[in-house]
Amino acid sequence: MKIKELVFDPILKNNPIALQILGVCSALAVTVQLKNVVVMCAAVTLVIALANMSVSIIRNHIPGSIRIIVQMTIIASLVIIAEQFLKAFLFDQWKTMAVYVGLIITNCIVMGRTEAFALKNGPVASFFDGIGNGLGYSFILLFVGFFRELFGSGKVFGYTVFELSKDGGWYEANGLALLPPSAFFLIGLIIWILRTKDPSQVEPQA
Amino acid sequence: MGSNVGKTLFVAFALCLVCSVLVSSTAVSLKDKQAQNAVLDMKKNVLSAAGLLNADTDVNEVFSKFTTVLVNLETGEIVDDMDAQTYNQREAQKKPNLSVAIPADADLAGLSRRAKFGKVFVYKDEAGQPQIYIFHITSKGLWSTMYGFMALGADLNTVKGFGYYAQGETPGLGGEVDNPKWKGQWVGKSVFNEDEVVALKLAKGTAPTEGKVAEYRVDGLSGATITANGVSSSIKYWFSDHGYGKFIDMVESGEVTI
Repeated sequence: MKIKELVFDPILKNNPIALQILGVCSALAVTVQLKNVVVMCAAVTLVIALANMSVSIIRNHIPGSIRIIVQMTIIASLVIIAEQFLKAFLFDQWKTMAVYVGLIITNCIVMGRTEAFALKNGPVASFFDGIGNGLGYSFILLFVGFFRELFGSGKVFGYTVFELSKDGGWYEANGLALLPPSAFFLIGLIIWILRTKDPSQVEPQA
Repeated sequence: MGSNVGKTLFVAFALCLVCSVLVSSTAVSLKDKQAQNAVLDMKKNVLSAAGLLNADTDVNEVFSKFTTVLVNLETGEIVDDMDAQTYNQREAQKKPNLSVAIPADADLAGLSRRAKFGKVFVYKDEAGQPQIYIFHITSKGLWSTMYGFMALGADLNTVKGFGYYAQGETPGLGGEVDNPKWKGQWVGKSVFNEDEVVALKLAKGTAPTEGKVAEYRVDGLSGATITANGVSSSIKYWFSDHGYGKFIDMVESGEVTI
């Protein structure tokens, strides 16, 4: 596969959240504010890419019996390193997302890609597959985060777009948008739109 | 099979070694920077509670006008034999030798243990007179323990500022405790009523703007009853005799001077 396909396919054609239905948990948890979404997406993309590459480098030496735990160890180490960097250089963001950064370890996309791709492909391809899937993840999260922040708190990236009624404006904040279930509706909508545009993504009827 | 087991063990061991070296070297090399961030962040929190934090504030310079004292909450006296600067009240709450159990009937804030010593930041004017007292307060909200500062004026009654520096409440609902507009309402309210009893709390719904209780009420948080109760109970607890009450009495009577 070409690098271009590896990077861009997962955004619309083979999106990790919309088609593979992986990583939905964190798409619900961190999408209340776009600022956090961006930090989260950057961290996840880096972790997937590096985890994919590391697993791919040693793929021929990983004994089958312990391959899951080997992947887990690599992912967990990368996540801790990412968290340490956030804590040192983006302290304010780290404070608001501390728990979620740690939870990247359990993000199914990371494990899913190392297991499905990196174990069978070379390091370079794996790295770009990681970047691509990270971007696919980011695309959905930014979409969900944009609408949740807009309708939930009337803001985009912290800048007021709709003046909230509690601050003397006209917009009554939508409480549902602030709670995780709203992300379900939004992801559902995205999946619907994607599959209408591209019917090959529809699962065959049993 | 034997060589397989050997290889498995070797890979596991080598991987753990490499990963642990990477993780620990990152942690160690970034430690100083993180510690600096944490200290600066704490100073910022204190200043922001006192309403002294603006975008162009030199945090370290303004903070140097503060005197930090440790208060024995049991007696209200100042503790001299410990380093107030490095004492961390939030951590102390978890350490058996630095904390005490709160009797169940007095445990309004749902904490079960509290630090033995309270850290109080005092802002003095040029003449050396205390102008602002900042108290560390905590209580349980809905999901999290909330940690914050309450800043009182020289009369130890008028609120100068209030804010949490750590909380994990529902964003947009309980998380609105961080809303600057809501925090702004606290300024000018009174903690104690005429009978020297803690009266300041959140109203149900919008706080009255007139009447006898108006100076003791702040708007409630809609959709966040449990968080709001946590905020009210933290004030009730921390300014009672179980919290800073004795210290405040002693400062007012002149038995303790800073």
